[in-house]
Amino acid sequence: MVMQALYDTLKQRFPLGELTVQRDNLAFITVEAVRLYPLLRYLRDHEGFSHLVLLTAVDWLEDGQFQLTYLLNNRAKCQDVGLRVMIPRDKPEMESIHDLWPAAATYQRELREMFGIDFPGSPRLEEEFILEGWHGIPPYRRDFDTLAYARETFRDRPGRETRDPAQHMKQQLYGDKGDV
Amino acid sequence: MFELDRSQYPQKKPDGTLDIDLSSGKYLKLWQGPQHPGITGNMAIELTVCGDEVVEGKTHVGYLHRGFEKLMERRTFMQCFPIVCRICVPEPDFNEYCYAAAVEELAGLEVPEMANWIRTLILEMGRINSYLMYLGGQAGALGLGVIGQWTTYVRDLMLDRFEELTGARIYHMFILPGGVRDRLPEGFAGRMEKALQEIESTLGDVEKVMFHNAVFKKRTVGVGVIEAGWVDSYGITGPNARAAGVAKDVRKDQPYLVYPELDFELVTGKDSDIYARADVRRRDLLLSVDLIRQILAKMPKTGEVMAKLPNVLHWKIPRGETYVRGECSRGEYGYYLVTDGSGYPRRVNVRGPSYTHSIALFERMVINANISDVAALLVSLHTYPPEIER
Repeated sequence: MVMQALYDTLKQRFPLGELTVQRDNLAFITVEAVRLYPLLRYLRDHEGFSHLVLLTAVDWLEDGQFQLTYLLNNRAKCQDVGLRVMIPRDKPEMESIHDLWPAAATYQRELREMFGIDFPGSPRLEEEFILEGWHGIPPYRRDFDTLAYARETFRDRPGRETRDPAQHMKQQLYGDKGDV
Repeated sequence: MFELDRSQYPQKKPDGTLDIDLSSGKYLKLWQGPQHPGITGNMAIELTVCGDEVVEGKTHVGYLHRGFEKLMERRTFMQCFPIVCRICVPEPDFNEYCYAAAVEELAGLEVPEMANWIRTLILEMGRINSYLMYLGGQAGALGLGVIGQWTTYVRDLMLDRFEELTGARIYHMFILPGGVRDRLPEGFAGRMEKALQEIESTLGDVEKVMFHNAVFKKRTVGVGVIEAGWVDSYGITGPNARAAGVAKDVRKDQPYLVYPELDFELVTGKDSDIYARADVRRRDLLLSVDLIRQILAKMPKTGEVMAKLPNVLHWKIPRGETYVRGECSRGEYGYYLVTDGSGYPRRVNVRGPSYTHSIALFERMVINANISDVAALLVSLHTYPPEIER
């Protein structure tokens, strides 16, 4: 009920998408990318959602979209609201919010490296964050195959024997007599 | 004392970045880490110094990246459980709790009450371990090596209790989706009481030798101040915020598990320097000791500890997303879990408190610090690199 009331208040000022109430004190609201920045500023300055808990992305590969989640917390009222922004996978670009929360620059640097989402104007965006000298598609996207990457990049150490576990156990248990 | 106007150096370029010409001979690049006694875990700080004053600091992480969030996308919900604890070495239980609670919420599982009591007990035991490690590190960063030896000894007593309860000392893998693995062993409360008494007596010694030590006070009082206004803009949580006078604690703000039934007051400080943060943590440790006593006294004696789970090999969770948080020894720890109706998580995002503390906040705080204070400053933020990189 509380989250529905907040949604109704916000709806008078901003066009909002779907509301998902997860708990009494946690709700997710879908918003358009262009509406996000003013909405965040309003929530921060007027509704008491002053703590940016996290900023992350979810890859919906089959829909061709990235979902960006901005999770805000209002400590006094003990409420959390997550803003969902869907951006196209083929043009992954989003407005930077580092001037609202300086800490957001770190999240944006990570998202750029791990998902390839661009945040023009965010400080030190070009610098490597976790990966060093990475080429190829950003590794946290769903179409990046970790197993294939490991097979291409690493080789088994020479002299190392690999055994099929089932065959090996059979040999250990029954020796050359085979299956008894 | 001669105090120059530090805001003048170095000069800034029109775009706001610092004008640092390394070839001028005025500045020097200095790397602290990734292998360095003044660093918590494996990360590196790239310092630009002018004389012995730091003019710019950059945190470099990535030495511990194992891609947990990506690994979990290829594992079933139960297979994820044994790997989440590896995200944070000194206090792994919060990963287990937050992950388990997020899965339970999306799957609609009801956890038995007894399991909630045992979970709270484990989280408080983990908090004590983490704080004891911190006290040794903070003292060690300022040359008081003996404190680390004392706290390591009493931490070992707590590890023994963990071993007795869970069978493991570091990665316990005890809080799994649906409940906990087992009940308390026979006579556990008595042995725990002995360990708690030993911890309290050691903390009394630590207070005398560390907190009343003239060198420690001189090097920490007034150094590394976090302004209360930064708390929201830099996402500061936990003791770092409480030492700045902001009584921010998930245990009180958004009570989880059995915290509503426990009687406690939050520990806060007001000076917000390294000394105040160390003192808040010491008093918070004593609070945890008290909470463990309350839990063992109030806990039900019998009851189920595990909810009935579906077949975990074919466990599918309907589409949804949630965020679950807890208060760990460093601040707000949280799991953001997205499911899509399949047997695997769509996305797991770990929100570790060190993420903002050791990058955005530290880079802001290190400016104009003295080189010799950098280690104490970083340790005082109580950061663990693995939860930054996941």
